[in-house]
Parts: sequence; C-alpha cells; structure tokens
Amino acid sequence: MSDTALPILELKGLTKQFEFNGDRIDALRDAHLRVSKGEFVCLIGASGCGKSTLLRIVAGFEKATRGSVLMWGKPIEGPAPDRGMVFQDYGLFPWLTVRRNIAFGPTSRGRPAAEIRETVEHFVDLVGLQRFADAYPHQLSGGMKQRVAIARVLANDAQMVLMDEPFGALDAMTRERLQDELLDIWQRTGLTVLFVTHSIEEAIFLADRVVVMSPGPGRIESQMEITLPRPRDVVAPDFNDIRRELSLRLHSHHARKAA
Amino acid sequence: MSAGAETGTAPPISEAQVSAAPRTLSAVLRRLKNPALAALFPVAVVVFWHFATYGRKFSLIPPPSEVAIQLYDLSFGGIWDDAFSLTMHVHLLASLSRVYGGFALACAVALPLGLMIGRLPLVRQLLDPTLQVLRPIPVTAWLPLAMIIFGLGPRSAVFLVFLGAFYPILINTIFGVRSVDPRLFEAASMLGCEGTAQFFKVVLPASLPAIFTGLRLGLGFAWVVIVVGEMTGVQTGLGAIIMEARQLSRTEIVISGMIVIGIAGFISDRLVMLIGRRLLRWSPNNV
Repeated sequence: MSDTALPILELKGLTKQFEFNGDRIDALRDAHLRVSKGEFVCLIGASGCGKSTLLRIVAGFEKATRGSVLMWGKPIEGPAPDRGMVFQDYGLFPWLTVRRNIAFGPTSRGRPAAEIRETVEHFVDLVGLQRFADAYPHQLSGGMKQRVAIARVLANDAQMVLMDEPFGALDAMTRERLQDELLDIWQRTGLTVLFVTHSIEEAIFLADRVVVMSPGPGRIESQMEITLPRPRDVVAPDFNDIRRELSLRLHSHHARKAA
Repeated sequence: MSAGAETGTAPPISEAQVSAAPRTLSAVLRRLKNPALAALFPVAVVVFWHFATYGRKFSLIPPPSEVAIQLYDLSFGGIWDDAFSLTMHVHLLASLSRVYGGFALACAVALPLGLMIGRLPLVRQLLDPTLQVLRPIPVTAWLPLAMIIFGLGPRSAVFLVFLGAFYPILINTIFGVRSVDPRLFEAASMLGCEGTAQFFKVVLPASLPAIFTGLRLGLGFAWVVIVVGEMTGVQTGLGAIIMEARQLSRTEIVISGMIVIGIAGFISDRLVMLIGRRLLRWSPNNV
C-alpha cells in the first residue's frame, strides 16, 4: 500500500496520562502510528509500555489526554461495532450460549432475524464450534471461548479486530492452533488486526509489522516490517535473526537506563 | 469446566460425558445414600424424644406419638373432634397467603429499588444510609408499630412478613447489580449495545444469580417471621394456632404447627430452587 492512501487507523501524538497518588504518569507519550487496511500489526513490549492503553483508546474504552485517533480519517469517539476487541479474559456473556453470544452484536444492531441466523451459522462454522453451538461459556475450554470471542467480533462486521494478549491464558498447543486459525481467518477476510502480545515469537509469527514499545513513559520505540513468507517457521535461521534483533530493541532501553 | 489442551480437530468434551450414568445396583445404592444420611439425624432425634417423654405422667413435652395423632386430627379430623380438628388446611392456607403476599410485596418493592440503588448513584446516596439504619431493627420490634398503623389483623401480618423478606432481596439485588464484571459493559458497547439496552441485556441477566439468592433468602425469612406476624391478633394461620395452643397448654398442637411450618418452608424453598436451576442453567455455580 502506498503512503498516500488513507490509512484505516492513524494515531497522531497520542498521549495518555493517569493520576497516581497526585503524580501524573504518562502511560503513553506522543505515539504516532499508521495502519493500512488489511495489515496485521503486533504491538510488543514489557508491561507498562502502554500497549494495552493504546489498544483501549483505539477501542474507544478510554479517552486520550492529548493527540488524535482517526479511523478512515474520522476521530474515534467511543466504542463502536466497526472495531471489535478480543480480550484475554474472553468477556463472553456467561448467560448466553455460543450461538447467542455470536448473535449479540447483530441483534443489538437490529438486524433481521433471518440474516442473524445465517451470520451466526457462518461464523460458528468458521471457528469450528458446530458441536458446541448451544453450550454455555463455562462448558467450554479456554481455546473454544477465545474462538467464540473472535467469531462474536467478526459477526458484527468489524473492519478492525483489536486483540489484547488474546492467547496469553492458553496452553502452548492451543495457542499455536489458534494462531494458525487466526492467520487463516485474517487471510480469508482481509481484516485489519491490531494485536498486543508480550511474546516476540508470537509477534514475528503473526505480523506484517511489529511495533516495539517501551515503558517509563510508555512510547513507541521502533517498528519493523516482517517480510518472511507465510507460513512462517519459528526455528528457521532468518526467523531467529529477527527474533534476536527485536529482543535487542526490546531490551535496549534497560541498558540506556543503567548507563 | 473442561479446561485443558485441545488435541486434533475434535474439541475436548464429548456429549457422552453428559449422558446419564448407567443404572446398576451400586448406582441405585449411591442414589439412596444421601436421603438415608439426611433421615438419620431426625430419626435419632425422634427416638431420643420418645424415650425421654413416653410414659411420664408429668412431662410438659408430649411424646412423638401424641404429636403424630394430633397432627392427624388437625389435618383430617375424626379423633378429638374439638375446635382444632380438621382446621389445618385453613391455617396453612392463611399462612401461605400471608407468606406469599408479603413476599410478593417485598419483591415488588425491593427488586426495582435494589436495581436503582445499584445503578444510580443519586438514588444510592438518597436512600442507602436510611435503609442501612433501618435494617438492624428486628421484625419483632416493628410489631407494636405495625399494629398501630395497620390495625389488628392480616394486614399487619403481611407487613411484618414483607419486612422480613425485604432486606435479603434488596441487599442481594444491590450486590448483584454492583458486581457485574465491567468487562461485559465494554463487550456490550463495542457490539453496539448502549444505554438502557445495556440494563436489560447485561445488568439484569448478570445479576440474576445474586437476585435469586436474595429471593431464596427472602422467602426463607418470610416463613421465619410468620409466627411473629400472626401475633397481630389474627384468628387463623400457623402462627396464630401456635399462639392459641400455647395459652391452652396444648403443646402437641404447638409442635404440630412447628412441623408444618418447617415442611411448608422447605417445599417452598425447593420450588424456588427448581425455578432458579432452570433460569440459571448457564451459571457455573448454580444454586
């Protein structure tokens, strides 16, 4: 994509301050970021680097102290169905079955019943939960819950999926499966994904571009395009080169502080 | 819950695990174990009661056999043929109507009030302190005032039952509404559900388990206060018959009344639980 095309998401000088014991803490300082439609962007960094704050501001759950957040050039005012969040703790409605959780968005927006039914079946199929379509969330494993959460966002016609360490609570096997499935869905749907993780490997495996953030104050340190062909091999030498480079960048601010 | 690694394409839990257990002899014995254990203690109490009272001329407590005969006479008549014979259904119905009347009234006031106090800071600031001060006042203490305000008779009884059921329902409703996971509001608003719709689609269902606990406790308290409630000069009711029998030293009637209150309270609690189980199938910690 060319730099002149209107980006789906643009952050300009985004700053978020919190009051803490009378002090002002910069959770995020002067962040600039452009994301093109269809791009898969991973944000990595240690805790306190502002990656989750950035994501929550894009979701509309929190307001920026300064700076602007633009989606298709228009400021983001609050949460809306065009941006869906997938939380680490799922955030499913425990009183609704898998089907009804997925139907929640379309129902809230008053879509016709026949269309909702069709949409729900489509996304139940997409995430492979046909046999559990009428189960309640507490009957599902963590991986299945996260599939429901993803389907719920997709069923709502979201253009951008915001994922806040979505696979962080899952075991390694399930995580790998879901990473593959997510890439598959992303490639088939042309979604834009903004994905927060603290795993360098996960970021390189998934992303078109990795945004490295650092704490105290939270800021965007650097960015790196990942051009490795997919599917990516996590033990290939070039994968490891990138891993080493990103690891250096992630830890460089420690060295600078010590100096 | 079935957490754990997912292997292959088939998800980890299968329908087979949900199906009923096979009916073998050991399964039948296992099913009888709980009722048998539950019956053990009351049987022991009755046996002890029998040997402690039977055949003693001046025992103030009648033996269980006399209570059983009295209970039969109260329910079906034909033994003593006195003023109490064949009156149980009248008293039971009177008490039932007061318990459920007071309970329904308590629901009608406490549920909307609890939802508002839980959700609207202004209502909370306005009413919560007063309610917290009124709450520790026992229902018994309200008795004289209730009789002045509502007069002798069933209206006072219903009011006292209402008071007994009111606070558990209110407190649990407030708790339920206030402890809704904030994450669910975020999820709802990003899916296009905002404002008052959130109240019906998020707050209400999310607080239903706590509300149900409140209803269950409230109904329990309604039965607990029915005797005090029927000290207000009503002629019928399980509480009234206990008070009247006490003045006549008919202790076997007193005990019969106690037994019926216990059983009626137990059955009505079971009914609420059954309804709760249906409505809260989704909840991992179902009542």
